[in-house]
Amino acid sequence: MSRLLIIAFEGAEAAQLAGFAKALGIPFDVLSLSGKVDLDLGAAKVFTSDLNELPLADAVSGSLSNFIQQNGPYTHIAGPSSMRGKDLLARLAGTLDAGMVTDVIAIESPTLFHRPMVAGSIIATVEVLSTPVVLTVRPAGFPAPARSGNSESGILSLSTMPKSQRVSVSARGGARPDLTQAKIIVTGGRPLKDAETFERILGGLADTLGGAVGATRAAVDSGIAPNELQVGQTGKIVAPDLYIAAGVSGSTQHMAGIKDSKIIVAINKDPDAPIFESADYGLVADLYDALPELQSKAKA
Amino acid sequence: MKILVPVKRVVDPYAKVRPLADGSGIDTTGVKFEINPFDEIAVEEAVRLREKDPSIEITVVSIGKGECEEQLRKALAMGADKAVLIETDAEYDSLAIAKELATLVRELEPDVVLMGKQATDDDCNQAGQMLAAKLDWPQATFASKVDLTGRGLRVTRETDSGDETVELDFPCLVTTDLRLNEPRYIALPGIIKARSKPLEKRAPSEAPTVKTRTTKYSSPPARAAGRKLSSVDELVAVLKERGAL
Ligand SMILES: Cc1cc2nc3c(=O)[nH]c(=O)nc-3n(C[C@H](O)[C@H](O)[C@H](O)COP(=O)(O)OP(=O)(O)OC[C@H]3O[C@@H](n4cnc5c(N)ncnc54)[C@H](O)[C@@H]3O)c2cc1C
Ligand SMILES: Nc1ncnc2c1ncn2[C@@H]1O[C@H](COP(=O)(O)O)[C@@H](O)[C@H]1O
Repeated sequence: MSRLLIIAFEGAEAAQLAGFAKALGIPFDVLSLSGKVDLDLGAAKVFTSDLNELPLADAVSGSLSNFIQQNGPYTHIAGPSSMRGKDLLARLAGTLDAGMVTDVIAIESPTLFHRPMVAGSIIATVEVLSTPVVLTVRPAGFPAPARSGNSESGILSLSTMPKSQRVSVSARGGARPDLTQAKIIVTGGRPLKDAETFERILGGLADTLGGAVGATRAAVDSGIAPNELQVGQTGKIVAPDLYIAAGVSGSTQHMAGIKDSKIIVAINKDPDAPIFESADYGLVADLYDALPELQSKAKA
Repeated sequence: MKILVPVKRVVDPYAKVRPLADGSGIDTTGVKFEINPFDEIAVEEAVRLREKDPSIEITVVSIGKGECEEQLRKALAMGADKAVLIETDAEYDSLAIAKELATLVRELEPDVVLMGKQATDDDCNQAGQMLAAKLDWPQATFASKVDLTGRGLRVTRETDSGDETVELDFPCLVTTDLRLNEPRYIALPGIIKARSKPLEKRAPSEAPTVKTRTTKYSSPPARAAGRKLSSVDELVAVLKERGAL
């Protein structure tokens, strides 16, 4: 019989992955590595780990694999397509000697999944040839299900076997919504002069709209924006209701991260910029004029 | 000290590629092939570490068809000391790659495996972590800074919310992110000069057992080009009309 284990890093993530579980259509359990999971997601069982800090992947994959073997059999193990999701789940797949499909965006059957490759230029249909399979999922394609029921719950004590030491953490975070959760994102590219200008022009508009700020790789590489703001093939994959890209040329690698946005607005001073080919609304303008104007008029 | 750097031959990351009409593969006619950019960063980092510790010996390895020699030669030109080409026409998934690499690691006994976080053709982001699991080694993925500590490495790695620094004892595995370094440019004469460096060709240690297989390649649904607007006023109006503001 098919059974899915969802591995979430925090409670809120479990709710998104429950949409995937519903779409897959098989019974599922949830394991949250930190934080409380709602008990009305439709899971059979919900486990919360007793660790007080998220463990490093190499320290915890062994005990996770033991848990999966003892509590299983699971045919599917799924987590988020975030950096920490890929770090841990691929390690776990190695430990379990399981095949893996990253960045699942659609399900044809429990053994046939769709995923983007080559910076989103190709959609691959991947067949899974053995169980269990490990998956990382992009939640955009799987709406959260209606809530009902009451899962059994329990605390899971996970032992860790440290192989490396965390010596420092710098989480920049801040008051703005997380890029992967934001309803509105304002993204800037290379032409933003410096970090201060980036923050003033893009941050100002984002705060007015209650949104998050994103950046292209060119902006990150030139030190204008911190790396965790990078959107694209090798950065964050986003799916807001409104994505405003200013001074962004529209490279394949950048577009790979924003395709699931409901509305894309491009503001670029070059009328031939490739981004206009895939934006819903395009404005040929200097961003230094257009963004402040947009900020003052959006409020009105 | 020894560093092993796996490198994959991939389609030029800046080329636009399409699926073949029958969906059986990717149309690569007229497209150049390159070292996976993340692996090129790994080779560069290995060379920079050797600049600090000249005792370091760098081996690069690629699994694939004979043409992979081109990418291995480039890695040699960048400064790697020797290359191994595991020559095969077989299909591999990342797990099968990790297993083949694990066999080589057990033979060569490097202190560090440095490799790309993902191949830009399949975008899997799996093989490094799987290899570390197979070897039961410490891993640091998505590295943006690597330093030698004497008994291991200190690695700053990118995370979803910023970065963190971890320390790993040898032997250990590191996967590279884009910001780790900017690979040096190698002109053609450099590649030709590297012809004298050793490149060993061998067969895989076993036939791969793949657990996943791509059965169809298709184009993503195209986003239709939208409207050009003439002013911010017009933009505000349409966004309000659609309930986006
Ligand atoms: C392996 C690999 C992975 C990559 N991953 C990513 C990724 O995840 N994310 C990503 O973003 N990139 C990624 N890239 C880089 C990508 O190829 C592009 O180089 C990058 O996206 C370009 O950023 P940009 O649009 O800011 O800069 P540019 O391409 O330089 O574009 C700047 C744009 O700003 C416009 N402009 C200039 N001044 C103004 C002004 N005053 N007002 C309005 N418009 C103005 C210009 O007309 C131009 O269109 C990757 C590349 C590789 C090889
Ligand atoms: N055929 C291959 N030969 C050598 N190294 C490979 C090969 N395939 C993948 N790798 C390595 O594994 C990394 C991750 O690949 P992937 O899991 O396919 O995204 C790459 O950056 C390479 O370092």
